[in-house]
Amino acid sequence: MFGYYLDLALRSLRRNKTLTALMVLAIALGIGASMTTLTVLHVLSGDPMPGRSATLFYPQLDPQDMDGYEPGKEPMQQVTWIDGMNLLHAKRGLHQALMTGGAVPVQPAQSGMDPFYADARYTSDDFFAMFQVPFLFGRGWSEADDNDKARVVVITRTLNDKLFAGKDSTGQTLRMGDSAFRVIGVLDSWRPNPHFYDMNMGNYVASEDVFLPLTTARELRFDHNGSMDCWGTGGGDEEHLETAPCVWLQFWVQLSSTGDAAAYKEYLLHYSQEQKAMGRFQRPPNVRLPALMEWLDINKVVPGDVRLQTWLAFGFLLVCLVNTVGLMLAKFLRRSGELGVRRALGASKREVFAQLLVESGVIGLAGGAGGLLLAFLGLWLVRKQPSDYAALAHLDMSMLLITFLLAVGSSLLAGLLPAWRACQITPALQLKSQ
Amino acid sequence: MQIRPILSALRRHRLAAMLIGLEIALACAVLCNACFLIANRVRDMHIQSGVDEASLASLTISGYEDRQSVDVNARVTAGLRAIPGVQSVSVLNSIPFGERRGSMGITTDAEGLHRGGVIEFYLGGPGSAEALGFHLVAGRALQAEDYQSFSGLMPSFAPVLVTRELAEHLWPGEDPLGKSIWSKPLHYQVVGVIDRLVVPAPALWGAGTGGWSAFLPAQPGPGLSGSYLIKAAPADIRRVLRDARETIAKVAPDAVLDLQGTQTIGDLRESFFQQDRTMTGILVAVIASLLLVTALGIVGLASFWVQQRRKQIGIRRAIGATRQDILSYFQTENFLIVSGGILVGMVLAFGLNLALMKFYELPRLPLYYLPMGAVSLWLLGQLAVLGPALRAAAVPPVVATRSV
Repeated sequence: MFGYYLDLALRSLRRNKTLTALMVLAIALGIGASMTTLTVLHVLSGDPMPGRSATLFYPQLDPQDMDGYEPGKEPMQQVTWIDGMNLLHAKRGLHQALMTGGAVPVQPAQSGMDPFYADARYTSDDFFAMFQVPFLFGRGWSEADDNDKARVVVITRTLNDKLFAGKDSTGQTLRMGDSAFRVIGVLDSWRPNPHFYDMNMGNYVASEDVFLPLTTARELRFDHNGSMDCWGTGGGDEEHLETAPCVWLQFWVQLSSTGDAAAYKEYLLHYSQEQKAMGRFQRPPNVRLPALMEWLDINKVVPGDVRLQTWLAFGFLLVCLVNTVGLMLAKFLRRSGELGVRRALGASKREVFAQLLVESGVIGLAGGAGGLLLAFLGLWLVRKQPSDYAALAHLDMSMLLITFLLAVGSSLLAGLLPAWRACQITPALQLKSQ
Repeated sequence: MQIRPILSALRRHRLAAMLIGLEIALACAVLCNACFLIANRVRDMHIQSGVDEASLASLTISGYEDRQSVDVNARVTAGLRAIPGVQSVSVLNSIPFGERRGSMGITTDAEGLHRGGVIEFYLGGPGSAEALGFHLVAGRALQAEDYQSFSGLMPSFAPVLVTRELAEHLWPGEDPLGKSIWSKPLHYQVVGVIDRLVVPAPALWGAGTGGWSAFLPAQPGPGLSGSYLIKAAPADIRRVLRDARETIAKVAPDAVLDLQGTQTIGDLRESFFQQDRTMTGILVAVIASLLLVTALGIVGLASFWVQQRRKQIGIRRAIGATRQDILSYFQTENFLIVSGGILVGMVLAFGLNLALMKFYELPRLPLYYLPMGAVSLWLLGQLAVLGPALRAAAVPPVVATRSV
């Protein structure tokens, strides 16, 4: 029966090409717009560490003085050097790392290559294990390197290609800011999206090109980037950042399971109380421990514009669907005569209804195909934009599937009302008027 | 024109009429709000910077040691001044539409109790105030002795020029001259008020704070170096900046040129508002497709009705109705349906605006958007129905005598 209905649907669609084209176009436009924006939203709100994000946490403390204190306010978004080092050395988690961003002047050994600035991450040894960073050559540094302020560096594949023509460069020397560093590792391609571990750099920037121990970077007084919040007597003086009342570092911890979060939070609370007893902290203990995805929500990582665009696109799809309902109604009612004959020859209401739904499904499929083409076009346009997330806008398998489900589902939905209305005709009346 | 027969005819096509009405209502809601969003973005993009944008460019370098900064400043300014066409070169930390380097939270009292919010300090060396070209509306212009050398990130005491907007925010209704701005332990005294000077990243700072800037004079040194303001005739500025890049490689080979921070103010402005331009484009595209789809829907349904009523039209024509009567029948019918849709649409538009206000900190939709949306939808409806209505008017009276 389905084959016969399909045949009938195709014949009927061929009969009035303009009307069919109008319906397909309306659905295609609506689906194309919604899929483009939905894909961008999907890419931007994705999980940067699939499988691991639930065990990664971002501890927040409140080390400020009483100036401007309001109970229940969110604690600081970063940590001070002292607190960061204390948490790091306490080793309460499976892995933990203290870090900040920066930029280092790279002086290539090759003549003919100008010195340039590379984005850098100054961190501690556990960074690579905690974030499962893939290595192409070599490995990360050790805790001893952190303590010795070793002149070691890990670079990305891109930088390795640029400086060492893609060869295994471990053991080679790289000059940065007038110091010689030994390359001990080369990363394979790695770009977590969003750039969750430090959102001061831009939410969707690529990962840094150079990784070196935080202690080394401080000893050499390398420029650090990002935000710094000071209170009391803190002036953000570069020389005394270790003791200044300023937050400027990010601290991440991985716990072996989500259940450990409560215990870790308890530890943070004890730590705050201890610091208060010592007189370093003045405010009542105020700690939070958001998991990675919560942290992204708190920071409102997905741009408001992108959400707005998605809402607009779905509003547009709704208008397109209402439009399709109207057109289908016109189309089905115009065939009242034909449907009357089928009813008179013995087709039940149900069968006529099914036949009409098959027709709207065909329109939905055609509209979905058109919408997919439009979505590809739309995403191509998005990628032409200069925003930092532009390059990420690609359609994946799940979104492809959603497109077709959305198209067929919505056109079937649009077909329900007209099909029901067309079933209500009285066969006798239609036959008489013929 | 008689409306009663039209209404009773519509009652027999309730479903289709309601669908068109609903489509118009949704279109009205989206149209009003999208237009309002566009108007907001366009207003943001046309913000007055208060500086002489067309003839200014920024050049940024980094990568040298702090102790070299005096020497680097001297070499760079001398080198840049030698470029033909350059009118002035000065040192200035922040640049409108460029990077923010002087944002600081301030208070209006020494104890730090009365917070004044975060404002932008433009820290500039001699010549930069003149180059920016802002207008002084009260107080005195800066003198050579106001530019003092300092250590640390910011001077600890200095005279300061504030914008009219900032003065009105900090001391509403009072004379700002002689007042003090504090950011413990820094202390600045207002000596003049300037007409307007935009913060480097307006529109990202929250509504009404785009003009909260102050100009702080200082002598270039470790705390003020690496960021230069170049002034040249508008026709020369691009060529001058190109030459400047080459000059830097010669006079300061030890420094790294920051390409992002080395652009004309016009280009910086252009890229700063890129995102808003894109969004405006998207909104315009959405409006256009929305109107197109709505119009096509009306054409489709109206054509169907015309075809369905061919016989009735023929009868009306046969008993004396003119073509004009038939034409205006369909036009009036469309007008009635669209009006119904618009009524619902205005309520929807208002509701949508409330939602946008809640989630996107948008201002309230001004009421005049509603009649504007209504008029454009009436026009759209009349245009869309014209084709089918003309076809209806062309139905010959003889149709009445035929059976289908």
